[in-house]
This record gives sequence, C-alpha cells and structure tokens, in this order.
Amino acid sequence: MLQYVVQRFIQLIFVLVGVSVVIFLTMHVLPGDVATLLLGDRATAEQLDRLRHQLGLDQPIYSQYLRFALDALDGDFGTSLRSNHAVFEDVWTAFPVTLQLSLAALFVAVVIGVPCGVLAAVRPFSRFNDIIMTLSLFGVSMPIFWLGLMLILVFGAVLDWLPIGGLMPIGVEPPRVTGMSVIDSVLSGDWRLVLLSLRYLVLPAVTLGTIPLALIMRITRSEMLSMASHDHVRTARAKGLPEGSVIVKHVLRNALIPIVTVIGLQLGLLLSGAVLTESIFSLPGLGRLMVNAILARDYPVVQAAALLTASVFVFVNLLVDLSYAYLDPRIRYQ
Amino acid sequence: MTAIEIVPSGTSGRSPGTARLLRRPTALIGIVIVLGFLLLTMSASLVAPYSPFDQDFSNTLMGPTGGHPFGTDQFGRDVLSRVIFGSRTALLSILVADGLALVLGCALGLIAGFFGEWLDSAIMRIVDVLLAFPYLLLALIIIAALGPSLLNSMIAIGLVYTPQYARLIRGQVLSVKTTEFVVAARAIGANPARIMLRHILPNSVTPILVMATLQAGTVVVETAGLSFLGMGAQPPSPDWGAVLAEGQSYFLSAWWIATFPGLAIFAVVLGFNLVGDALRDHFDPRRRTE
Repeated sequence: MLQYVVQRFIQLIFVLVGVSVVIFLTMHVLPGDVATLLLGDRATAEQLDRLRHQLGLDQPIYSQYLRFALDALDGDFGTSLRSNHAVFEDVWTAFPVTLQLSLAALFVAVVIGVPCGVLAAVRPFSRFNDIIMTLSLFGVSMPIFWLGLMLILVFGAVLDWLPIGGLMPIGVEPPRVTGMSVIDSVLSGDWRLVLLSLRYLVLPAVTLGTIPLALIMRITRSEMLSMASHDHVRTARAKGLPEGSVIVKHVLRNALIPIVTVIGLQLGLLLSGAVLTESIFSLPGLGRLMVNAILARDYPVVQAAALLTASVFVFVNLLVDLSYAYLDPRIRYQ
Repeated sequence: MTAIEIVPSGTSGRSPGTARLLRRPTALIGIVIVLGFLLLTMSASLVAPYSPFDQDFSNTLMGPTGGHPFGTDQFGRDVLSRVIFGSRTALLSILVADGLALVLGCALGLIAGFFGEWLDSAIMRIVDVLLAFPYLLLALIIIAALGPSLLNSMIAIGLVYTPQYARLIRGQVLSVKTTEFVVAARAIGANPARIMLRHILPNSVTPILVMATLQAGTVVVETAGLSFLGMGAQPPSPDWGAVLAEGQSYFLSAWWIATFPGLAIFAVVLGFNLVGDALRDHFDPRRRTE
C-alpha cells in the first residue's frame, strides 16, 4: 500500500507536468496576438516586436515553456497582462473565494445527499423514496444559473431574507487571514460577522450544490439498491444482525466506491465550475478570473489559475483512488 | 385426450419488457416530454407563432398576453417562438456531447480497468491530466482554440466529460473482473474483447446508465451555460442559454424573458432523465428480478 501511495505521488508530479504542458501549448495556439492585444491596432511593427521580445514571445515554444515551468517552481507566475499585478497575487486573492464556495456547496450536497439516498434505498417503495427521486430529478434538470436567478428573485428581492450577491456587505470585511470570508470571520471572533458571512454564502452554496446533491442522492440510492440484493447481505440478515448494522456495514460500505468517486469528482468540478454561480452572485472567485483572463488572453493568469486548480484536483483524485483499497479489500493494487 | 395449446407470450406483438417499461408512470411522462420536444424540434417552423428573429419595437418587454403567451424581449421578439426554436440546440447537444463522452469514456475505462498494469497507468494518467483540468477552463480553451460556436461548445463539453465516464467504468471493471464468472471466462480462453463486452460491460451498465442519464441533463445545462457566458451559440440565436443571458439584464423588471427558457431547459432535461431512469431499471437484470 505504501509503495502504491509513493508511486501515485510520483505519478502526480507527471500529471501536473502534463497539465502544464497542455495548458501552455493550448494557450499559445489560440488565435490572436498578445502584443497586438496589449498595444492596440495602431502599434507599429517595431513596437510589437519589442514587446514580444520583452515578454519572451519571440523565443521557441519549448524555451518559453521551460522558462514558465522553472519560474513556476519558484512561485513566480509572471505579471498579469491586464492588471499588471503579480499573477500569484491575483490568483491567491481569488482562489479562497472559489474554495469556500465549492466546499460549502459540497457540504450541502453530501450532508443532505448521502442520508437521503440511503433512506430512499432502505424504503424503495415508500412515499419518501418517491419524493427523493422526484427532487433529485428536479435537481439535475435545473439550470443552476436559472436557479440562482430564481433564488435571488424569491429570497432576495421578494422575501428579502438573504443578500443577493457579494461576499460581505460593502465596507464590512473581516481581517484577511485565509481569504475565506466565513473562516476569517470565525478567526476574528466576531460572531456577528460569522452570521453575516454565512448569510451571504447560503444562496450561492445552494445554487452550486444543487446538481452534486442530486447526483450524490441518486448514486447513493442506486448503489445501495444494487448492493442490497447481494448474497452477503442476505446472509447478514439470516444471521440475525440488526437491520441498521446490515445497512451500514454490509450495504453502504460496499456501495461506497462509486459514491466516493462521484463525491471526489464533484469537488474538482465544483472548484472549476463555479464560474456561473460566481457570475450570478458577483463573487470575485477563480472562475470569473479565468474567464476574464481567457477573453483578454491574459495567459499568465490562466496558466497559474489552471495549475493551482489542477493541483488540488489531482490530489483529491489520489485520495479517491486510495480510498478504493480501504473500502473494498478485493481491489488489490500491488 | 387433452390438447395442449401453446400460447405465445406476447400476443399483442409487444414484449413483456416493453410493457413493463411503459407501465411506469414516470417513464411515460418522460417519453411524452421527450417525444413532445422531438416533435417540437421537427415542427418548430410550423408551431411557432412568429419567427424567432422578428423584431417589433412597438411591443418590447411586454408581459405574457394572448398574442405573446411568453411575452416579448427587449427587441420585441416573441419569447415563445424563441423557446420553441431553441429546443433544436438542446436536443442536438445531448446527441453530440453526451454521445462523444460516453463512447470515448467507456472505451478508455474498459481497457484501463481490464488490462491493468502499464496500460491502466498510461490511460489513467491521461484521464488524470484531463480530469485535472478545470472543467470550464478546458471547455473554454477548446472553444477559444476552435472559435466560439454551438458545435464547438458541444465538442468541448463532450471532451470535458469523457474522463468521468472512463474513471467510473474503470472503478466498476476493477470490482467486476475479480468475480467468478469473469475468471471462468478467462479460464476457458475467451478473448479479452469478448470478456469486456459480453461479461464486464453488461455488469457495469447500471452506473454507466445512471451517469449517461444524468449527464444528458448536465450537457444541456452546460451547453446553455456556455451560451450564457457568450462562448456557445451567438446572438441572435434562439439558444436557450443565449436567450437567458439576454433576459438576465431585465430579470427584475421582465422576469419572463429568462424564466421561460430556463423552464424549457428544465423540462427537456427532466424528460430525458425520466426516460433514462426507466431504461436503467428495465435493462438491469438485477432490478428485473426484484
């Protein structure tokens, strides 16, 4: 097992190199010219050449990549072509916003999704099962950008219960430690700020968490039902084990592989797919930063943001893989 | 002497399985929705009261009325007609994007899980590289490289979702390939392709079907989402995401522009999800015996 873990960590490095190569190459074959974009159409050829030389764009592509990779190892991702800030600064400011939103959405999805899926599977012909299945179908069928607008309309505009956008009210901000408004509020020790930050997080988290919630609920129910018909479950019941023990130890545990896979995949997808939610709720997260950077061909920002998200996601995938061996002893990796 | 009469099991020409499928109310609702949308897609030009592009500046931002049941947008275009014509792109996105992801993903997952060793490592590292990409970034990069268009957004979404299928099916294969019937099939010398397609794939069909079903919905939403961001269908296309994006600016004063395309996405995706769900129960032998 230890050997497998070490092996996967080494592979992780190769994956990250692969990601960086693909991102770098793709960003460099995009149509358009960065120098023209920065200086405008009226720039002379001489000015354009000078800027290309300054940015290293006149170097061979492998040379540009090596320079990028070596600088990245030093934590230097260059300067944003748009904001002129250090890229690391822009990404580091935006990432915690997306991370907080994704974790909150996943929290909503797992805490509600797994128990509901289990209960629906335990009573497959009940009214509860019908309600859960209907809600999960509604959840996955819902365009989240539309749901976000509806939630804003109902809970923000009509009922006036929750704020309709942003991280905190204008002018109110906890001292920045992690960049995550809720954690920073907790660290500040001011519970009024904690409640405030949580109120601002509710609508975006519910919006973003809707599809993962439905997926987790469905996959949990589906796998539980599949597993419930297996012989070992019948044997466990025949031995007179309490029903709760049969469900948790013999059905749920064996059904966990696809559930854990889906949960693991969802975190990465949430981290990178929050752009729509961030757009609707005006959150200054990584998704918005990346879209704006792509549109502006601000490739240093895109590369840095993509590498950061990729690193987190690859690590989550590794944990999902390692959990296979723990959850299902039949799976031998060595 | 007693004559024994042999009565065919399906006297109406419909198999018992199909009858069982059609007896499920949710399946029927799904089939009705999907057929309704397919019909709408094919007969859009006959059914829609107006052209989706006709502008009427004397009737801009008009709420739902008898003449315009879904109201009009900021250019006086009939929202109902735009929603009807937008159904074409929704159904097309399922066929192109989900189909692409399903075929590529299953092939990769089967090969990786079955053969294991270096092939598994190689495929899963490619999958890891693709999975490691921020999902929307990868879609946007592909679109940026190919150019913003509806077809390119579908291809991008198909490629983005391929690794999910691969990973899921590989996890299933890892479990199934240690079962007795697969070991037995190997022992009698069945070739790998036959084992994968006849023994492993059918036993992994439930999660694939569940995922394909749910992804069909996701694909429609994501295609609309990319259009919402301006990366998919371009104005004045009546694509639901594009219409919704236009309606966002007027949402608090003219709710109908964004509301009806959203409901349309919801309905068509719900229909496909219901049908897929019913098909899953129908084709899974374990469920058939329940």
